[in-house]
Amino acid sequence: MKENLKFEPPELTADLRISRREFVKTTGSGIFLFFTIGELPFLQQEVEGRRASPGLPSDFNAFLKIGEGGRVSCYTGKIEMGQGPITSLAQELADELDVSLDAVDMVMGDTDLCPWDMGTFGSMTTRLFGPALRTAGAQARQVLLELASENLKIPVSNLTIENGVVFDKTSSQHRVSYGQLTQGKKIERHLTQPAVTKKPSEFKVMGKPTLRSDARAKVTGSAKYAGDIQLPGMVFAKLLRPPAHGAKLLDVDLSEAKKVQGVQIIQQGDFIAALHKYPDVAEIALSKIKAKFDKPQSGINDSTIFDHLLKVAPEGRIVAQGGNLQEGERAAAAIVGETYFDGYKSHAPIEPHTAVVKIEGNKATVWASTQTPFGAKDEVAKELGFPPENVRVITPFVGGGFGGKSRNLQVVEAARCAKLSGKPVQVAWSRREEFFFDSFRPAAIVKIRSGMTSGGKIAFWDYHVYFAGERGSQLFYDVPHHSTVAHNSSWVGDPGSHPFATGPWRAPGNNTNTFARECHIDTMAAKSGIDPVGFRLRNLTDAKMKRVLQAAADKFGWKPAKAPSGRGYGVACGIDAGTYVAAIAEVDVDRITGQVKTKRVVCAQDMGLVINPEGATIQMEGCITMGLGYSLREDIRFKDGEILDVNFDTYEIPRFSWLPKIETVILDSKDDPSQGGGEPAIVVMGAVVGNAVYDAVGARLHQMPMSPERIKEALNRG
Amino acid sequence: MEEKIQFKLNGKQTSVTVDSERMLLWVLRTDLGLTGTKYGCGQSQCGACTVLVNNEAVRSCMTPVSEVRGKDVVTIEGLAVNATLHPLQKAFMESDALQCGYCTPGMIMNAYAVLRKNPRASPADILLEMEDNLCRCGAHTRIIQAIQNAAVEMRGGS
Ligand code: FES
Ligand code: FES
Repeated sequence: MKENLKFEPPELTADLRISRREFVKTTGSGIFLFFTIGELPFLQQEVEGRRASPGLPSDFNAFLKIGEGGRVSCYTGKIEMGQGPITSLAQELADELDVSLDAVDMVMGDTDLCPWDMGTFGSMTTRLFGPALRTAGAQARQVLLELASENLKIPVSNLTIENGVVFDKTSSQHRVSYGQLTQGKKIERHLTQPAVTKKPSEFKVMGKPTLRSDARAKVTGSAKYAGDIQLPGMVFAKLLRPPAHGAKLLDVDLSEAKKVQGVQIIQQGDFIAALHKYPDVAEIALSKIKAKFDKPQSGINDSTIFDHLLKVAPEGRIVAQGGNLQEGERAAAAIVGETYFDGYKSHAPIEPHTAVVKIEGNKATVWASTQTPFGAKDEVAKELGFPPENVRVITPFVGGGFGGKSRNLQVVEAARCAKLSGKPVQVAWSRREEFFFDSFRPAAIVKIRSGMTSGGKIAFWDYHVYFAGERGSQLFYDVPHHSTVAHNSSWVGDPGSHPFATGPWRAPGNNTNTFARECHIDTMAAKSGIDPVGFRLRNLTDAKMKRVLQAAADKFGWKPAKAPSGRGYGVACGIDAGTYVAAIAEVDVDRITGQVKTKRVVCAQDMGLVINPEGATIQMEGCITMGLGYSLREDIRFKDGEILDVNFDTYEIPRFSWLPKIETVILDSKDDPSQGGGEPAIVVMGAVVGNAVYDAVGARLHQMPMSPERIKEALNRG
Repeated sequence: MEEKIQFKLNGKQTSVTVDSERMLLWVLRTDLGLTGTKYGCGQSQCGACTVLVNNEAVRSCMTPVSEVRGKDVVTIEGLAVNATLHPLQKAFMESDALQCGYCTPGMIMNAYAVLRKNPRASPADILLEMEDNLCRCGAHTRIIQAIQNAAVEMRGGS
């Protein structure tokens, strides 16, 4: 296995601010194919100047190169944080270009080498990048065929390609390799018209289970993450932190800290840091800083937060509407009104936010654990007062992101420390800092009022979501009279709503929306005395969702029964990033302790064409395992801006003993466009567990996480 | 107080002159440049920093360097012999038992200690022994599979 991620171009310190001509020159001869993923993000001249990579024109946002020796390189601003594009994107290129997977290098997340990219989130890599990359590969293949035709004096129609070698279909000794064709040539093409990509039946690499190409580096400890970057003269910075969000520094005494040997203390207003060549010694120096803070008394904590949020919630925005709710109410034989709650969750990647910044003259080089390298570049430029083209961000492997590494606070901190100290600086957050400065998944509320007919059909659906955002709020059940309203459409609340930063968390908003919707559907099914799978099928006309739900039910061996059946079976459906998902779980509930053991989870997904089934399966398993955390335990406790969970002892994330038996089904939809795969399966976890708990013991939980305390409480309520 | 501390690191005699109260994790990562051992929590909560000391898995984030004086320390960098990967490393690759890979060195080192002690560890034993190593990406199922596969290979295929 080779490691086909290149973070470290030939000379890390070399001046790489070069013109496009020079860029193409320094990257050697070859065929360059420039293309665009999705829409070009910058339209105005001004923005263009700010965001374009130095030397690279801005009328495309990715490119590939077939270089000397026939190696294929793909340059993209996307990053690898475990979700696997380093392998799946290489697979796509390998197939379109008829080369082996080993001949593909991925150059990712380097702002000097890769064209501008918005960031890696929203399950967009495979959906948007993939098709563009494949088309570019197909076009490059066409260019190579034409070159070979000239070279061999054989018409293109008589040529074929295998493993990077073009040869005559009838006599294979007439052959020429990609390496020979590109030698000494510089050909630049822009992808203009659509090229014909391969049909699934022609795939050799795509669609086949493929192991991760970065695995060797990761199992030997040689894979570099931002914190593993150590530069000559580099120091580690530990920053003085407030005890609570909103706390103000009143008084500080640095004298004891300054006495620590080899330490440098920097201060600019409230920004105070201890710097040392060893991070642990910097930490000791930091602990000797005596600081007094004024702590705010907001009275807002994890139990009052929902009242607070409902009080400050903005007017709603209609997401979808149809029919007439009053008419629906008249048609309903029974009405169900419920409110669902979801607390704050942390992203909690095992690698905390980390960055290294080195300033030389008026240029800065940054290594960052980030999902948005180009965002980091702009932020560092702003902090340092440098033109953006003087800042280069390199993204090494990222140790998990889940949406949380879209903000670049630690990068800006490292830049500031580097500027103030005159040294290369690493800022690596401690776990406590990670829990404090996380952009949490927002606490949110969903209110649903709905009714069903005596025939078990949903008559109306009146849905209000507060603070989760609208992703996943769209109703895919067939309901004649419905209204879906989002109060605060983004996961970043308006000022005065959340007591600390909030942001996107793996499948943002959808976890909360799907929990509420699918628990509510179950309640309606139970009230109608109908089996929960049957109730859903009865109310679905969407053929794809029916197929996915049926696939999950078949795999599980579902036997209809109305809940609570005592079996501990729960079902839930969802749509995220274009992917349809249905899951069925089996749980055991200990009535005395309130503990839930998830025994089995079956998950079916229709995600269109699957590039790497192995990778897609792993993402589903990861989603199911991670999703148990927010469903059962994860909850940030806080009081007056102070975060009370500061490590994994109290903020419990899933462990080995939680593991259910996981079975995944990926529906075969080769002819449909690829959809997202890194997030969908997580959205159903809250509801599937909640519904299974209800089926087991008849207790309905309306709030996540469904902790033992809450389950006991619900059982006592009866 | 700075003192000279000698120990064996990945099979080689090593000597560092450091404050002996400093934690092994930081001495390994910064003074000795072995960055395969990771920081995840600093409080024995996650296992990312797991190394072997005299074949026992320890959390290097809470192990003062003075405690390894004269002992045998193995880190993830010391597991492969020449370029030949350890069966655990191979099994992790083959089972795709990693995503972001940040927890991986700690997982492998802990598993190494488990299998060393009990080459016939059952899946249930393995689960129990790995309980305090955290993975946020949810690679758990495959990690257990990989450890079982490695166990078989380490026993010579039985
Ligand atoms: S860093 Fe040592 S156990 Fe987490
Ligand atoms: S693979 Fe990412 S934390 Fe385990």
